[in-house]
Amino acid sequence: MSDYRIKGETGEWEVVIGLEVHAQVTSNAKLFSGAATAFGAEPNTQVSLVDAAMPGMLPVPNRECIRQAVRTGMAIEAEINKWSRFDRKNYFYADLPQGYQISQLYHPIVGEGSLTIEADEKAGLPEAKRIGIERIHVEQDAGKLMHDQHPTMSYVDLNRSGVALMEIVSRPDMRSPAEAGAYVRKLRSILRYVGSCDGNMEEGSMRADVNVSVRRPGDEFGTRTETKNVNSVRFVMAVIEGEAKRQVELIESGGTVVQETRLYDPDRNETRSMRSKEDAHDYRYFPDPDLLPLELDDAFLAECRDSLPELPDAKRARYLAAGISPYNSDVLTAEVEAALWFDNLLDAGAKPAPAANWVTSELFGALNRMGRDISDSPVSPAHAAELLGLVADGTISGTIAKAVFEKMLETGDGAAAIVEREGLRQTSDTGAIEAEIAKILTANADKVEQYRGGKEALFGFFVGQTMKAMQGKANPQVVNELLKKALG
Amino acid sequence: MTELTNLTVAEIRDGHRAGDFSAVEVAEAFNANVAGAKALNAFIVETPEHAIAAAKAADADRAAGTLKPLSGVPIGMKDLFATNGVQTTAASHMLEGFVPRYESTVSAKLWDAGCGMLGKLNLDQFAMGSSNETSYFGNVISPWKRKDGGNAALAPGGSSGGSSSAIAARLCPAATGTDTGGSIRQPAAFTGISGIKPTYGRCSRWGIVAFASSLDQAGPMARDVKDCAIMLENMAGFDPKDATSLDLPVPNWEAALSSDLKGKTVGIPKEYRLEGIDPDIDAMWDAGIAMLKDAGADVVEISLPHTKYALPAYYIIAPAEASSNLARYDGVRYGLRDLPQGAGLQDMYAATRADGFGPEVKRRIMIGTYVLSAGFYDAYYTQAQKVRTLIARDFEQAFGMCDVILAPTAPSAAFGLGEKMADPLAMYLNDVFAVPASLAGLPAMSVPAALNREGLPLGLQIIGKAFDEQGVLNAGLAIEERAGFTARAEKWW
Repeated sequence: MSDYRIKGETGEWEVVIGLEVHAQVTSNAKLFSGAATAFGAEPNTQVSLVDAAMPGMLPVPNRECIRQAVRTGMAIEAEINKWSRFDRKNYFYADLPQGYQISQLYHPIVGEGSLTIEADEKAGLPEAKRIGIERIHVEQDAGKLMHDQHPTMSYVDLNRSGVALMEIVSRPDMRSPAEAGAYVRKLRSILRYVGSCDGNMEEGSMRADVNVSVRRPGDEFGTRTETKNVNSVRFVMAVIEGEAKRQVELIESGGTVVQETRLYDPDRNETRSMRSKEDAHDYRYFPDPDLLPLELDDAFLAECRDSLPELPDAKRARYLAAGISPYNSDVLTAEVEAALWFDNLLDAGAKPAPAANWVTSELFGALNRMGRDISDSPVSPAHAAELLGLVADGTISGTIAKAVFEKMLETGDGAAAIVEREGLRQTSDTGAIEAEIAKILTANADKVEQYRGGKEALFGFFVGQTMKAMQGKANPQVVNELLKKALG
Repeated sequence: MTELTNLTVAEIRDGHRAGDFSAVEVAEAFNANVAGAKALNAFIVETPEHAIAAAKAADADRAAGTLKPLSGVPIGMKDLFATNGVQTTAASHMLEGFVPRYESTVSAKLWDAGCGMLGKLNLDQFAMGSSNETSYFGNVISPWKRKDGGNAALAPGGSSGGSSSAIAARLCPAATGTDTGGSIRQPAAFTGISGIKPTYGRCSRWGIVAFASSLDQAGPMARDVKDCAIMLENMAGFDPKDATSLDLPVPNWEAALSSDLKGKTVGIPKEYRLEGIDPDIDAMWDAGIAMLKDAGADVVEISLPHTKYALPAYYIIAPAEASSNLARYDGVRYGLRDLPQGAGLQDMYAATRADGFGPEVKRRIMIGTYVLSAGFYDAYYTQAQKVRTLIARDFEQAFGMCDVILAPTAPSAAFGLGEKMADPLAMYLNDVFAVPASLAGLPAMSVPAALNREGLPLGLQIIGKAFDEQGVLNAGLAIEERAGFTARAEKWW
């Protein structure tokens, strides 16, 4: 249970959050027309006759969009409705050419499911929590109005008109901004694993309507507001924090929360009212008579299920079982690209736990420095496995490994080749090491006295000196043993 | 030349094929008739050049031995079908001047089959009407006159009134129509011609300006049953661009035409016997029953118990769909835009739609909006859908006992223009016999069967099982052969 509370003047308040996430379906064509869907195209260049709602035009469902919605539903272990139907949501707006949006009100394609957010103490999530998902339905996106093109007129860009969206509706199961943030991140991760949405929030591929209400802990739900089209995890959390505070202040000063739609202004970090329930549209939903009910057969469902990859939770469990730390398991499974890269590393023979440490520290550090994604890492999983193998079998030390990795990044060469070329193979030649130790102990007789007198911290000094004398190539374990013997 | 315009589609096709005349001669003859019939106001746009171009191509194809199924046949196109490069208005001010850059599937099929286009035919605005009096481009006048010494202008029926008037007046041998609740059958009955609404889904709706999507269905109108079969063969077919299109092969209806009804059973629905109906209608119906018996059919009485709910259900479902289908006419992207000085978006919508839609269209948009509104939806729309299901079941059960159903097409002969415009309910009643088959998605046709005492044509309706256009056409042919309907309107225009 979250202990997130708003401290009002009259006591503590709990916040109740539900999210409706709109995720653009990854597909080459729109939901009901053959038009393309690429982001950033010139205005009105990806508009078919259907998208522009020319007279006599008809929608035809795009099978790929349906397939992606079903696969997504399977990924959140939801009930898949073999019979679903499209409804029209009627309202007038200049970005809505048909005068209605084709959506699914009465019979969505995906029913009840859930996802789990992991514990994360630092983020204020003391334990893992299951968040219910009420439904997923598919619907058309609208176009975009542009108000900055002309002093007195607005322009319309219909490129997005008709693009397929999944609306993923959560239960009001979240109780803190952190839970909501974790939910959006987890959902995004699952969508990207499944490949049904690229999860790109800046480009608007994923955005959330944030439903917030407050109540005394344990009371009935309060009246909620809905803040529309919030397009980052940070903003989702900021909206909840701000809106919960606003509602508490409103109630405590004698007001009542009205059910309304609000808009978030990221520049001022505040929400403002868009329209109240009284002004709410009557959308006059009814079944779209241009479309037959959508019926899914077993073969289609089987194909959808068989095409699902290993999902984040399963992968995380596998990593934990392989001895990878919970933290590393979380980090490695969050982004599908990293997880796939890491799996390739394991396939190439790397040992799970050290490999996980190396990826999350060395590799991510290097990529961060270079400003590159793991998908275009200059070092391949095979090369990385070779490097880790050299450490594991004692050929090089961890310190040398860092240097070899730098060379790998610079040259693109394999680890073994670099070690050979640069003569970095670590030595376990006790004779050579003992000779160096003897020299160092002689040169630092005072410190030897101190050590023997009980200042054991000096041991590290002798290790460092020996490693330095050996140009880092001495096997640290051998050095430790020999030093201990020599220092008595 | 004038006798060329008396030929049927089959006669033109066969005569052209045999070299009796050129396609250009045929096109010129019909073009001349069209040009000389302005008084009927059957066309919104005349396209003589289109007809001539197709005719030249037909003549060239004949010379090259590459004739198409309808080479040399010029037709009229209801102005509800989008025609590439030719104004398409749905008889509305809203779409006045709208020139699509695409061709409806049905019209494209006809052009591919070799047809030429004489023009775009007038209709009730957005196909909403039963008398062709709601067109923005003026009433269509029927070529028929009552033999009562008067000179009243009569309705050609609707919504396909331009099509019916033009065919009856020999301005074209055949035309396309669309039927949502009788818009092919009732005008055919009013003007003494034939017309068939096929099973819902036979003809693609792609490129047809939508009225009520779950009911709209294209079909041919022509002078006889055979021509209807020929035309329908060249209009029907699966279209992946229409999700409600039937994925079935198109039968060779013309080749399988047969008026021998031995072994067939004809159902007579007792609920269609209306109190106080014009005795001429009942007499025609009884004559029709006798004709089908004569053709070898058995006749049984059947019951379609929910018939009386069909019309109210239709006038909920069709306006509901229309209110949504017509939302796209908003002045934003094409068609009329009425933008008063200083107006915002809402003002533009209001002004554009107030100006662009006629009173009947507005009435149906308002009815449709009302029945879909929160709080009324279940009482109206949901209820009407239940009625629709019951009506479909009535037919299913009836077809357990019979192969086709015979009934009048309309409850009266053509009425005078203006006679019913003041009373929308009286107008809606015109569709009382036509609407049930529409709600059930069944094939149905009207064939001319008799003249009433005023000398006006009356039509009989044959309703068939889903996909059984052949049964409908065959029964229609049996009536046609026995009714010997040869009457035609005397030329006054």
